[in-house]
Amino acid sequence: MDKFDSLDTFIGQLTGSATADPGQLLQYLYEIQYRYSCIPARAVELLAVRLGMPSARITGVIDYYSFLHKAPRGEFDILFSDSITDHMLGSRELMQQLCERLGVGKGIPRADGRVTIDTTSCTGICDQGPALLVNGWTVARLDATRIDTIADLVEAATPVSDWPVEFFQVADNIRRRDRLLTDTIIDGAALQALSLQGSDSLLDDLERSGLRGRGGAGFRTATKWRLCRAAEAAEHYVVCNADEGEPGTFKDRILLDSYADQMFEGMTLCAGIIGARQGYLYLRGEYRYLREPLEAVLARRREAGLLGTAIQGRAGFDFDIEIHMGAGAYICGEESALIESLEGKRGIARVRPPFPVTQGFRGQPTVVNNVETFMKAAAIAVHGAAWMTATGTPESTGTKLLSISGDCERPGIYEYPFGVSIRQVLQDCGAVDVQAVQVAGAAGTTIAAAEFDRVLAFEDVSTGGSFMVFNAARDMLDMVCNFAHFFAHESCGFCTPCRVGGVLLRDLVDKVCAGRASEFDLQEMRGIGKLMQQTSQCGLGTTAPNHVLNTLDKFPDSYRNRLRHSGFEPAFDLNAALDEARAITGRSDTGTTIKVKS
Amino acid sequence: MSETASFLLDGMEIAFEEGDTIMDAALRAGAYIPHLCHNPEFTPHGSCRVCIVGVNGRHVSACTQPATAGAEVENNSAGVMEQRRNLLQMLFVEGNHVCPGCEVSGSCQLQAVAYYCNMLSPHYTHFFPRREVDASHPDIVIDFNRCILCELCVRASRDVDGKNVFSVSGRGIGSHLVINSPSSKLGDSEFAATDKAAHVCPVGAILHRNRGYGRPIGKRLYDLQPVSVVGDMHGGGKARKTDNG
Repeated sequence: MDKFDSLDTFIGQLTGSATADPGQLLQYLYEIQYRYSCIPARAVELLAVRLGMPSARITGVIDYYSFLHKAPRGEFDILFSDSITDHMLGSRELMQQLCERLGVGKGIPRADGRVTIDTTSCTGICDQGPALLVNGWTVARLDATRIDTIADLVEAATPVSDWPVEFFQVADNIRRRDRLLTDTIIDGAALQALSLQGSDSLLDDLERSGLRGRGGAGFRTATKWRLCRAAEAAEHYVVCNADEGEPGTFKDRILLDSYADQMFEGMTLCAGIIGARQGYLYLRGEYRYLREPLEAVLARRREAGLLGTAIQGRAGFDFDIEIHMGAGAYICGEESALIESLEGKRGIARVRPPFPVTQGFRGQPTVVNNVETFMKAAAIAVHGAAWMTATGTPESTGTKLLSISGDCERPGIYEYPFGVSIRQVLQDCGAVDVQAVQVAGAAGTTIAAAEFDRVLAFEDVSTGGSFMVFNAARDMLDMVCNFAHFFAHESCGFCTPCRVGGVLLRDLVDKVCAGRASEFDLQEMRGIGKLMQQTSQCGLGTTAPNHVLNTLDKFPDSYRNRLRHSGFEPAFDLNAALDEARAITGRSDTGTTIKVKS
Repeated sequence: MSETASFLLDGMEIAFEEGDTIMDAALRAGAYIPHLCHNPEFTPHGSCRVCIVGVNGRHVSACTQPATAGAEVENNSAGVMEQRRNLLQMLFVEGNHVCPGCEVSGSCQLQAVAYYCNMLSPHYTHFFPRREVDASHPDIVIDFNRCILCELCVRASRDVDGKNVFSVSGRGIGSHLVINSPSSKLGDSEFAATDKAAHVCPVGAILHRNRGYGRPIGKRLYDLQPVSVVGDMHGGGKARKTDNG
């Protein structure tokens, strides 16, 4: 029996009987991929008819997202997290081990269709890596023994649901709690505050609290909510950005896992203020395992009258939240790309203005905030503005959650008041002999030892929460190489400087790593990096070259030690370029090899 | 009420109306800002970035940036022209652009803008991608080697022709133009040579059959005058070219 026999029925159930919603395209594709391990041509045909959209547009969406595939993946689709911190914990060696055990190459399904092994961008398990995803489910703390067991389970075709439970246990690892994680609120308390105080007074509180977006950009939350509320339109929307894709960031995972109620309460509070009836949680595909628990929280909140119609008995206060799954695209953490994705499209960042607060989801005014921001907003509604301003700095009030990974004794979640020095954080997490910290992820800032007295705050070193530690034994070029490949892979491809520049930069970094670059190439890297910063259309492109420019300035010797001492080296390896000619002529003798001076 | 707002483009005063982008106002005033993916007949796109201008120290695409009163816009400065040159060089190395052997040489906007910006070489390492040519349609050939992903054909087919013949697939450097038809071939689509989408390509990616070299090289649109004077090859400017030269 063909495994696709049920496809027509399945798509029928998925899309419903009446008019199917084209905005749900990505969600439909996600479900089909999840069930059939690919999206066959027949599914595209059916969806094209159901949704009344060109099939090329549907394949355009499939080809855009890393987790969607037209060709079948293995029955077990295993993706190793490819973040630099996973590398530092030995992920590449473990992947090699599994490939050898199962007799399969990277990215190609085994001949019997049993398994595919590949890499994927950071899965957000950096404090307990190396990690992988098997059919979308997170497996943490990999080691050689666990890899051996996985090989046995795959060979025995044991369904993932029957794998050992401990494989799928992901710890919170909260190492330092401050106000946010300590002063949690009672369910419904923020909404009660709203009905007692009213929207205007609550927005004043929010403004006085100084709350700024915790995703990293730091836009003032009260201003955002006010602008959205003031925009006249048929509908307003609240969107929570849980597409935590920045390499080395995992603090939202903990909030989603253990503090979801307060986050949903923050969203509901926002809805009450701006007048939204529908909200969305955009959850990254890598956090597949959190979906059902989050659905359960939503169900419980509906039950308790904290979602749905007439919330807390207030006539006219109607609001509900739907979870939308991402499907492997870092750029969807950018708010306008996220909205595109939420509408079922390719996640291409929009031209701004107009900004989402006036024209966002479905062209309607939309507030998009980070998980941590919504949680903070709910806390401020209950505890007041002074609760927030009592800690932090005047420009950066309150606390910030950090996701700490890399070379330290105690990786995990640390909550600090803004203004804490990098040195203090390093001391607390047990990091010694540190040469650099990468703050705010691959798109962030590389901080060298001489700068460890700088502080984490919007006015100094700004961060969305990623904090990766590199000790003196590390080669900073390994990080640069990892990030350069990451950005070339994650560029959406819309604008020239990011699409082309990102690949040129990646290739130059590879050339340096291969020991084939010259001083001229370093100048080229600076030029391309600067062009990307200045001319890219969205934040991905403008921040993608930061790591190269930072390390060129702060770790010049990492580059210089690898250079060939000449003014210029060609981009290609002459001997490697002759491979094709050798293959065609069937020759491999010395006469077909060129001696290169080194 | 009659007072009109204006901004300065390299010191020249440009009047604008409510809702204008910098590009809209400049084009109307006859001032040239180099561009490729922009065509005033369609919604601005902002992807090629060649129309980058400096506004109060920031770099923005003129085709998408709303004009604001009193702004000082930097257009032809050495710095901005260098950025454009580098962006054009990136477009040249990304695809396979062999001007001397191209049917539209002399009436290609990419080539003309590159000349205008004084681009003398592609500079960067060529990607030499392998791309197919689609010759399945009786009247039109598509040479994907020259596509610069401006999406003008996508917009024209969707917004004017109502056919959705083209769309973009893939991601990052793998982004590519695709045809919406059962076989993914143009001949199998609803495309017609009379479609608007057949007349908007700023490069030689969408070619009309049996018209090649109708106008000899040396006498083509940009052979005679620079792009800053004659404008876009199709619409949106002051001049029109005949297809394929």
